[in-house]
Amino acid sequence: MNPELGLFALALALPVALVQSIVPLIGAQRRDAALMAVAGPAALAQMLLIGTAFAALTQAFIASDFSVMNVYQNSHTAKPLLYKISGVWGNHEGSLLLWVSILAVFGAAVAAFGDGLPDRLKARALAVQGLIGAGFLSFILFTSNPFLRIDPAPVQGMGLNPLLQDPGLAFHPPMLYLGYVGFSMAFSFAVAALLEGRVDAAWARWVRPWTLAAWSFLTVGIGLGSWWAYYELGWGGWWFWDPVENASFIPWLTGTALLHSAIVVEKREALKSWTILLAIITFSLSLLGTFLVRSGILTSVHAFAADPTRGVFVLVLLAIAVGGSLTLYAIRAPTLEPGGLFAPVSRESGLLINNLFLTTAAATVLLGTLYPLIAEALELGKLSVGAPYFNTVFIPLMVPMVLLMGIGPMMAWKRSDLAGILGRLKGALAAVAIVFAIALAMSGVAIVDIAGAAGIALATWLFSSSFIEWAGRVRLFKGAPTDTWRRVRALPRASHGMTVAHMGMAILIVGVSGSSAWKQENILTMAAGEKVTVAGYEITFNGAELIQGPNYESLQGTFSAKRGGSSIPLTPERRVYDQPVQQTTEAAIHTAFWADLYVVLGDGPTADGRYVVRAYFEPFVPFLWYGILMMGFGGVISLSDRRHRIGAPRRAPAAAEPAEV
Amino acid sequence: MAKRKTQRLYFVLLGGLAVATGIALVLTAFEDSIVFFYSPSEISRQELSPGQRIRIGGLVETGSVSAAGETVSFTVTDTAETLNVTYRGILPDLFREGQGIVAEGYLLASGVFQASDVLAKHDENYMPPEVADAIKAAGEWRGENSAAKQETAATESIAVP
Repeated sequence: MNPELGLFALALALPVALVQSIVPLIGAQRRDAALMAVAGPAALAQMLLIGTAFAALTQAFIASDFSVMNVYQNSHTAKPLLYKISGVWGNHEGSLLLWVSILAVFGAAVAAFGDGLPDRLKARALAVQGLIGAGFLSFILFTSNPFLRIDPAPVQGMGLNPLLQDPGLAFHPPMLYLGYVGFSMAFSFAVAALLEGRVDAAWARWVRPWTLAAWSFLTVGIGLGSWWAYYELGWGGWWFWDPVENASFIPWLTGTALLHSAIVVEKREALKSWTILLAIITFSLSLLGTFLVRSGILTSVHAFAADPTRGVFVLVLLAIAVGGSLTLYAIRAPTLEPGGLFAPVSRESGLLINNLFLTTAAATVLLGTLYPLIAEALELGKLSVGAPYFNTVFIPLMVPMVLLMGIGPMMAWKRSDLAGILGRLKGALAAVAIVFAIALAMSGVAIVDIAGAAGIALATWLFSSSFIEWAGRVRLFKGAPTDTWRRVRALPRASHGMTVAHMGMAILIVGVSGSSAWKQENILTMAAGEKVTVAGYEITFNGAELIQGPNYESLQGTFSAKRGGSSIPLTPERRVYDQPVQQTTEAAIHTAFWADLYVVLGDGPTADGRYVVRAYFEPFVPFLWYGILMMGFGGVISLSDRRHRIGAPRRAPAAAEPAEV
Repeated sequence: MAKRKTQRLYFVLLGGLAVATGIALVLTAFEDSIVFFYSPSEISRQELSPGQRIRIGGLVETGSVSAAGETVSFTVTDTAETLNVTYRGILPDLFREGQGIVAEGYLLASGVFQASDVLAKHDENYMPPEVADAIKAAGEWRGENSAAKQETAATESIAVP
């Protein structure tokens, strides 16, 4: 396998993608089965070709083939194998190749397993996938060739940015991309449905697994990024409302809305055109996120040098995708059959209100993220929109949404009884009151304490009401244990998944509120033998020494923390990597189930042997990671529901042949 | 059909309510959370009330960094004017003399800038766009990191979406 073969395969994938998009579209229009049948084999061929290219680049990285420019710029022989492999997507060209590879795998999955899909919908969805693939393939081939050679080949590579040599960040980009690309499937199905002029329950069931998978990956991907920023940057924070973070969070918000509105389409055939619009918006925002990150036009704490011409290319792709799909939507959406009616107090209404909160939140975050660009274009001056803005708009939108999250799952479809539900939730209300009182008693009555306690009370509401809902469904402690067990097994996996994801969200809220309210921080200079007390921990500095790592030299500080009995060793480092020469901070974090003790070694030693030390007490931060993992796991459980097997759902035979539109 | 119209009205009202809430929140929040950026030249020209939160940026002047305990002082320049900055804490890993940085904080009555956050980037070849513009405005621009760029010709982009 060599780089030229990879490039050749990639170049060949572009015409294949064009065939995959044009021929089936014509076929679907003319109802020509032979032309439509091209889509499947083309999608499989595209996967093989792009897979070959990806394998060729990976092989070049593993073998440290420095005659390939990309490998030379981003790898080094002394790098551990994991980071040689993650180096494939640790750069612009490779990350785009990963993007199209995932796209091709998803397209091939639809082609191979989508037997239950109606031929025309399948042909059109694959055609739209082909179009997206063609756009990104030309982006790669014309602006970002990953297989560029250099002659003569250098003996050694320049190495990967040490901040990226980290397990959290090795898997962060693939997870995010699986999310973004998964939403491209929802987008393709939405555009195909618009072309077809038909959206129904079966359509929603075909779209839902892709949305669920994309959502789960994106959730875990954002979580990994946040975790990485927390332990690697040494700032003790886990979310900065930074443009690059927001770029992945905005599609997450609309994607979450899509996940919920698709349920209404599936169960009640209502909110159809809204769901189509959400699918288009979510993928468009994923593209926008890619553009914001790639173009480097916003000042971000996570910024990397970027090339503006590439930004322009993504912007053009974005304009075509958004402009084209929204135009199609404007023409076709009014022709969709209107959905069923529903009462103000019903499951549908609950899901609709959830959608309103989520999309309003997404819009306000988007506005704050883009406002610096708008202001600059209008010559209002250079400015930035900081965390206070996002906290002020985001929290008031999320609090009522979470309150409703407790009630919504208990509501019946069509018409529901609010008083009855609140009656069943008496236990949850009692738990909220008790937890709020305990939290206040343990913290204090300052405003931050009340805010923190209120956040935890809110989380208690969500957690306990989710549990009550689940317990009601399986009749926990109401019948014989064997009966309960039978009900647990009979309850659809999607229901279990929802409960787990909602409970995960409750745990996440505990992490967010607790760590925001009660974080403690201490910055000081210390010499060996000195002590500092943070949140009841007595931390002793025992000195620092130089140690040698595989591709870095490190100044390692030794601390011991004591509270009560045993002493906890803490060894923060300040590393200087050889290739490229760059300093990184390795915070020492001790996790005690519900809280972290976090110590960073800063500048030093001074002439009298003192070091700057930053010590944090981070309560409830581990809950963030537990919560995010639970949410992702909930998505996976729901995905395993038998209703969601690809192509499993079938349309009602009576409606198999819709009238031509 | 009347029922369908009622329902549509209900949707529109809900949507309108959501938009209105959103706008109200945004307007309240914008009032005190927009932070303007100034270059050292602009600060010397402008009347800024002490205590107003702003961002400043420029190149860290070579030889200007000094530490006293956990407080660090340095000078930021846009090649025309300079500004003294103090910061308490640990500077980011990529903070270096000659490097472009952005700092957020406020001006003290003495004219020294008290930074609460110093932003440096994940990538040594990165230049914050504001800093690049400030230096351009001061008339000393020779392309992004002209020297550094030739040397490395590369590391130009690292993907962290």
